[in-house]
Amino acid sequence: MKKLLSLRNIIVSLAIIILIWQLLFTFSSYSSALFPSPKMALDAGIEMIKDGTLIENIKTSMYRFLTGYLTSVITAVILGLILGRLPKVFQYINPAVQLLRPISPTAWMPFIVLLFGIGDVPAIVIIFIAAFFPVLLSTVSAVGGIDPIYLKVSKNFGIKQPSLTWKVIFPAAFPQIANGIHLALGTAWIFLVAGEMVGAQSGLGYQIIDARNNIRADILLATILIIGIIGIILDGIIKLIEKQILKSWGGAQ
Amino acid sequence: MYIEVKDACKNFVQDGKEFTALDHVSLEIEKGEFICLLGPSGCGKSTLLNALAGFEKVNSGSIKIDGNEVKEPSINNITIFQNYGLLPWRNVQKNVELGLESKGIPKEKRGEIASKYIELVGLKGFEKRHPRQLSGGQQQRVAIARGLAVDPDIIFMDEPFGALDAITRMKLQEDILSISRKEKKTIIFVTHDIEEAVFLADRIVVMMADPGRIKSIVTVPLQAHRDRTSKDFLYVRDKVFELFNMKADAYIEYYI
Repeated sequence: MKKLLSLRNIIVSLAIIILIWQLLFTFSSYSSALFPSPKMALDAGIEMIKDGTLIENIKTSMYRFLTGYLTSVITAVILGLILGRLPKVFQYINPAVQLLRPISPTAWMPFIVLLFGIGDVPAIVIIFIAAFFPVLLSTVSAVGGIDPIYLKVSKNFGIKQPSLTWKVIFPAAFPQIANGIHLALGTAWIFLVAGEMVGAQSGLGYQIIDARNNIRADILLATILIIGIIGIILDGIIKLIEKQILKSWGGAQ
Repeated sequence: MYIEVKDACKNFVQDGKEFTALDHVSLEIEKGEFICLLGPSGCGKSTLLNALAGFEKVNSGSIKIDGNEVKEPSINNITIFQNYGLLPWRNVQKNVELGLESKGIPKEKRGEIASKYIELVGLKGFEKRHPRQLSGGQQQRVAIARGLAVDPDIIFMDEPFGALDAITRMKLQEDILSISRKEKKTIIFVTHDIEEAVFLADRIVVMMADPGRIKSIVTVPLQAHRDRTSKDFLYVRDKVFELFNMKADAYIEYYI
């Protein structure tokens, strides 16, 4: 019942967007080449599916996204587990992290393109940067905040490193780390498009630039929608994984 | 002597004020004894237990177990905490196996030992449950099974039943008493509940606060099987109440 209800919510919500879009299209004086209708965007989407460009670009983008995101998450979690146990060291690293964190990953773009050239690498690096800080910081704070009784019990039962980290510290911190990993997914997906708009000749971000260059606003809007839909799907997948893993923690936190 | 505390002192600075948790405390405990450290909060009973268990160091004096200075926690002396300290991501079976893993016991043997102690604490059939799915009393039983599983010499218990309701607490007191007879462990048990101390202990170490010190040591002259409502029990309880000056000066006679 709850699922059915949320499905109805989704349908109504989407219908409202499409309705407003259609109304804007009908009553605005822009040429349809610059501001296409929902139907035109849908047709453009179908056209792209048929000629295979869409699938090709999604594949390219997903490869970059997964590579950047997963390496970032793994690196950040490992570093976070180490730094979380060394608060004195982290005090010296934290200011640098705080300095780098608010810089939009796209600001690094020209530099990255100069160093690595156009292709897969710039987008991967951007995604890596985008996901890195939220995961690192949530891991460090999760490790610093675990209940001291777990450490006391570990000491009592003679659990030493590296067992201590993977048997006690990581699982104890995991719910909060998962939160950071989940947040970073959204951020990383946002920056994938930015990365591909500047540093690549393929992928969904490039498809947007390409549509602009060919003045194909219908393709542009279709691509934007697809980016949104994939974002929702990725979020749903990670939510599912998160739920499955937290289940083995014996239910809700 | 098995456990020997000599002239132990421990100071804390709390909110800029120095605070003496242990003031020249000396105590000797024999192997197999059930000792209760009894006193109001701030009397240093938990500090003394933590020092014995190796979680804290005393500022001066010495603490020896079996002739060796206590420097750090050891798997031979297990502490049971008030808030259980179970790992919520492990089920009951895996929680009980925790200490066995670091002892390097093979998987099959671990399962066997864990099952034995899960049964001993009365949780057979709960092996696959997670701590969150258990009541407070059951969680503490898991913690006790986990402690017993590594076959320690001493079990330290830091107000282990403090978070439980009265009925559950009494049931667990009875169980820990029978377990201590069966397993022949030395148990040092911190409590602020006089009746609990009289029910459990061979000797009660009565402590006072400000500064934390031992006021007296009461040997409980009761049988292994204790009845909370018996005359003898009430008499001993009365004696301990007197030590805390908690008896009315004038003796009031009344009839029911």
